[in-house]
Amino acid sequence: MRWLAWHRLWAMLVKEFVQMRRDRVTFAMMLGVPLIQLVLFGFAINNDPKKLPAALVTTSEDQFTRAIVTALENTGYYRFTHILISAEKADLLIDNGTVSFVVTIPSDFARRVMTEERPQILIEADATDPSVASGAISTLSTVSANALRRELAATAGAGAVAGGGAALEAVVHRRYNPEGVTQFNIVPGLLGVILQMTMVMMTAMALTREVERGTMENLLALPATPLEIMLGKVLPFLVVGAGQVVVVLVAARVLFGVPMAGDMRLLLAGILIFVLALIFLGYTFSTLARTQMQAMQLSFFFFLPSILLSGFAFPFRGMPGWAQAIGEALPLTHFLRLVRGVMLKGADLHTVSSQIAALIGFAVLFAALALIRFRRTLD
Amino acid sequence: MDPVIAVEGLTKRYGQRTVVDHVSLTVEKGEIAGFLGPNGSGKTTTIRMMCGLLTPDEGRGTVLGRDVIRQAREIKREVGYMTQRFSFYEDLTIEENLAFVARLYRLRPMRAHVQRTLEELGLSHRRRDLAGTLSGGWKQRLALAACVMHEPKLLLLDEPTAGVDPKARREFWDEIHRLAARGITVLVSTHYMDEAERCHRINYISRGRLLATGTVAEIIARSGLASWIVEGAPAAIDAAIERLHGAPGVEQATPFGLTLHVVGRDGEALARSVRRVAAELGLSARPAETTLEDVFIHLMGEENSRDREAA
Repeated sequence: MRWLAWHRLWAMLVKEFVQMRRDRVTFAMMLGVPLIQLVLFGFAINNDPKKLPAALVTTSEDQFTRAIVTALENTGYYRFTHILISAEKADLLIDNGTVSFVVTIPSDFARRVMTEERPQILIEADATDPSVASGAISTLSTVSANALRRELAATAGAGAVAGGGAALEAVVHRRYNPEGVTQFNIVPGLLGVILQMTMVMMTAMALTREVERGTMENLLALPATPLEIMLGKVLPFLVVGAGQVVVVLVAARVLFGVPMAGDMRLLLAGILIFVLALIFLGYTFSTLARTQMQAMQLSFFFFLPSILLSGFAFPFRGMPGWAQAIGEALPLTHFLRLVRGVMLKGADLHTVSSQIAALIGFAVLFAALALIRFRRTLD
Repeated sequence: MDPVIAVEGLTKRYGQRTVVDHVSLTVEKGEIAGFLGPNGSGKTTTIRMMCGLLTPDEGRGTVLGRDVIRQAREIKREVGYMTQRFSFYEDLTIEENLAFVARLYRLRPMRAHVQRTLEELGLSHRRRDLAGTLSGGWKQRLALAACVMHEPKLLLLDEPTAGVDPKARREFWDEIHRLAARGITVLVSTHYMDEAERCHRINYISRGRLLATGTVAEIIARSGLASWIVEGAPAAIDAAIERLHGAPGVEQATPFGLTLHVVGRDGEALARSVRRVAAELGLSARPAETTLEDVFIHLMGEENSRDREAA
């Protein structure tokens, strides 16, 4: 028993478990993280999203329109949240991501059904995330054609021509990403994910390091104000963040050919606000954590839901309502809408104003939290 | 002239525990004031309250003529505070650490200030070494040099020589006396008795309470203690401790190598007991000067017995 004596191993084990329990944050993470992940992500993630918000553009109120709308809703894929009469309004809704589909039923639809002139409906799908649209589109033509046939048969009575075949033509436009290139969706999203991971963690560790090494006491005794200490910690990371942005944007363009449909300045402004919010969040974490290890765990704890519930890895609209509500409380969610909107859809300031506002809100909130949490004294 | 430090009734509580209990302290200009007490007696907390790092729960006073509660920020600018643990950046070079401090205090021209400090320290040749590679003694000297760069009028040193070898400690104290000669007031905490004796005045704190204050001679005289030294063979010394323990007039019997230090307040009873035991065991006994250490051990013992009575 020279290499392994039970009493010595036992002494080690007891010590390790006691230390594990002492470090409350780590202990909570070890038990909490798997559970939260399982519940949150197990229920929230859905690769075949249903009940996607859709806008209906129609001017007529005839029975054929109603039949098609009902049939589409019965597929489970569409949920008509907006009934509009103008195509412009619908454009804005799909541009800023409020709806995933716009279904347009032309005003002469009923007339063309009756005269058997091969009526058309137009489905515009937001194809920035190709997986979102695929299920909904695949069911489209058969479902609507069947619905129309049933309605025709009911209207015309028993004697009418019932076997007219698929009289309906569904025209599908995959907007923003017509070829359904996955990278177009993923690469701009990665920009947000990379920034989130590095910015929050780096900033959180920077201040905690001072506390852990005992240099904080000295720093507080020197004539530096909390604001100066905070800015001094934050600004260097802003520079690092700027470097990352350049790298990712160039790579997106050169390696993946991701289009840049919108205004670059708008994109950069959005990125700046996002990065500021992240840095302040990291700073807040650093005032909560007592060791660098805890700071890292807090960052990671925030990072996981950000990746999974923000719409980066899985379709946002495919998640249940409560998961979407959590997603709305994450800066990354809003940043993804902004960056995809500007890069892929060419959205302008007006279109993404709510995302910008949300990001500013996060930045202000986190900055306030950081300043409140930061103590000038050691009390 | 107004005292540099004049605080009254400073109190700090953490939950139920009173760490500093109504401490009043006066330090005159140019003085080296010693702050003595066992570990955990509240020295660090008191110092932190005086330099604005902690807000007192009770009490008031001034440091450098500024209010300790309302003008904490001004106080911070004008004192040099050296923490117990080395708290400069080990991953910066010696020069970079000094430059950081010089920039924070806006010392112009920065290079010249750093240069002069390096020369005074005698570290010019190691300027590009990381501070983390310095020995304990050198780290303390670097920290002290960084603390006095902005020429503070008051230095608060929190156990600056803890864990430093005797030679480095002596050099550090020589430096403290040089600074005091320049008119800088120094409050230094320590639990080394030899260091206490190098202070102009000492303040003894235990369990958050200030128990004694004055010059070394004053404190010894006021204690009213008489001391005897008993010498002889080691075995007989050990036996003497047994017999002196609880004997009339004997309050402490502490061995120092081959001698035994016996202390008590009642000089006559003490003399009788010591002579009796020495005669029984064939030891020699002679009256001695009471030391500061005797007084402090006595003070701690008194406090312990008071606590036992209270409990």
